Amino acid sequence: MGKTIIEKILSAHSGCDAAAGDIVLAKVDYVMGQDGTSPLAIKAFREMEVDKVFDPAKVAMVIDHSAPSPNEGVSALHKLMREFSGEQGITLYDIGEGVCHQLMPERGHVGAGDLVIGADSHTCTYGALNAFSTGVGSTDLAAAMATGKLWFKVPETIRFECNGVLPPGVFAKDLILYLIGQVTADGATYKAAEYAGEAISALSVDARMTVSNMAIEMGAKAGLMEPDDKLKEWLAAHGRTDWNPVWPDPDAVYHQVLRYDVSNLEPQVAKPHTVDNVSPISEVAGTPIQQAVIGTCTNGRLEDLRIAASILAGRKIHPNVRLIVAPASRTVLLEAIKEGIISTLVEAGAAVVTPGCGPCVGTHNGVPSDGENVISTANRNFKGRMGNSNAFIYLASPATVAASAIAGEIADPRVYFTK
Amino acid sequence: MILRGKAHRFGDDVNTDYIISGKYKFKTLDMKELAKHVMEDLDPDFYNKVEPGDFIVAGRNFGCGSSREQAPLAIIHANISAVIASSFARIFYRNAINTGLPVVEVDTSAISDGDELEVNLGTGKVTNLTTGVEITAKPLPEVMIRILNDGGLASHIRKHKGFALED
Repeated sequence: MGKTIIEKILSAHSGCDAAAGDIVLAKVDYVMGQDGTSPLAIKAFREMEVDKVFDPAKVAMVIDHSAPSPNEGVSALHKLMREFSGEQGITLYDIGEGVCHQLMPERGHVGAGDLVIGADSHTCTYGALNAFSTGVGSTDLAAAMATGKLWFKVPETIRFECNGVLPPGVFAKDLILYLIGQVTADGATYKAAEYAGEAISALSVDARMTVSNMAIEMGAKAGLMEPDDKLKEWLAAHGRTDWNPVWPDPDAVYHQVLRYDVSNLEPQVAKPHTVDNVSPISEVAGTPIQQAVIGTCTNGRLEDLRIAASILAGRKIHPNVRLIVAPASRTVLLEAIKEGIISTLVEAGAAVVTPGCGPCVGTHNGVPSDGENVISTANRNFKGRMGNSNAFIYLASPATVAASAIAGEIADPRVYFTK
Repeated sequence: MILRGKAHRFGDDVNTDYIISGKYKFKTLDMKELAKHVMEDLDPDFYNKVEPGDFIVAGRNFGCGSSREQAPLAIIHANISAVIASSFARIFYRNAINTGLPVVEVDTSAISDGDELEVNLGTGKVTNLTTGVEITAKPLPEVMIRILNDGGLASHIRKHKGFALED
């Protein structure tokens, strides 16, 4: 019987012939924690009475969720992470380096066929790199740091075959929002997703990460993609010249295969307060907004900033709107400066903040007021997510957010993409 | 182990931001402090309503969203003895077992707010003492029972000097 991508990766890492439903103890290739989860992981690691992490070269901690620190409580937790990293000789990405899910691929910590765990739910992002990566809690992170292993239940897989060509002004974010709207917030719970088809192949590796990033928003354990030459080149450019691609077998057994044609897809918007509350833009256009956010692990990469800048170039944001831009990493920020993207955005009225997660998770850098509407390129719009439970969050692509920032209301970006 | 208490009823898709908001969880490792804010966005008075041993009862996909382990920890410190839901999001489910919070996956449609419940963690039987209805939960995977019996994952690793998932 054939195997899915995740069955093959879990087989290779556990030494078992892993099939859906099995429980396996698997070796991990890299483990990561961020500042919301690492402090508890350090506490659990101490409780395990282990002296050293299994391999300091395979562990990183990232200070990104509240960076730079907005208060003394957070500062104490950051200090704990710095001390632990120094003591253990592991990699620490301090404030300003960027969002963990940008740094892990960008700094070459993830390769095709790898098994990576991270104490952050959006760790599923690296599925775009043909890796099995998944989010865990702090104690699981501590156990993986201590032993280099973690147990997994091998999940069944839902395959999403996306064919056709995305129309101008419609992007990877619109595609994944659409799929989440179709299958709902728990449509893939306990399962892995495989995203395939010509519409996925046509995406850049950066855009593919946008799709895999949101696999968790349909409940999935992973959001895997097949390897190709584009990925091989991307990995080599990020220091990974080793190449262990994993394809699903032609006779792999799937829980479900869902087929979509994206050729007529409109820009999509997730409305408050759940990610699966998705509408085509025609149904929500005209909704007034007071704040717009471009950034996060979903859409803070160079390509995203470039798209936003192409719309905002020579224009000004609406006087009733604040536009916050958080590049996904220091590298992205530097590239965006070199390309002139940052000056374009700032001239249009954007406030650029430190690379990190702040505005998305409500820790700082743009907490909305009561009754305000926010349109954001992030991945979650739960009530209170941005730090105020009386605000309303809409999720969309960088193009839709940029177009809406200019209009002062939710606006269709496709007008900027017709010749 | 048999638990008794009152049901505090919630709906579907209770995410970890509702369980404990990001604006609190980044500030401290003091779970007693975080416990005061459990479920605050859904019910501002929740913490004061809970009697020690009470249950959180919810619909589908309880604990969806972020991987924050502060969610099960804050629930434990709010004196909730177990969470009973029709289904759980997978990271929350793992985190609950790892931190020692019993989670019971069972159809909760016959449980209303305020019902008195008895939960037998050994057999998975949930008895609604108010209505007399009995329901039986899906059993935990063997590996999770081992971790729970060791008092959570940190003690499991300490005791066995690594994972000991089989005899």
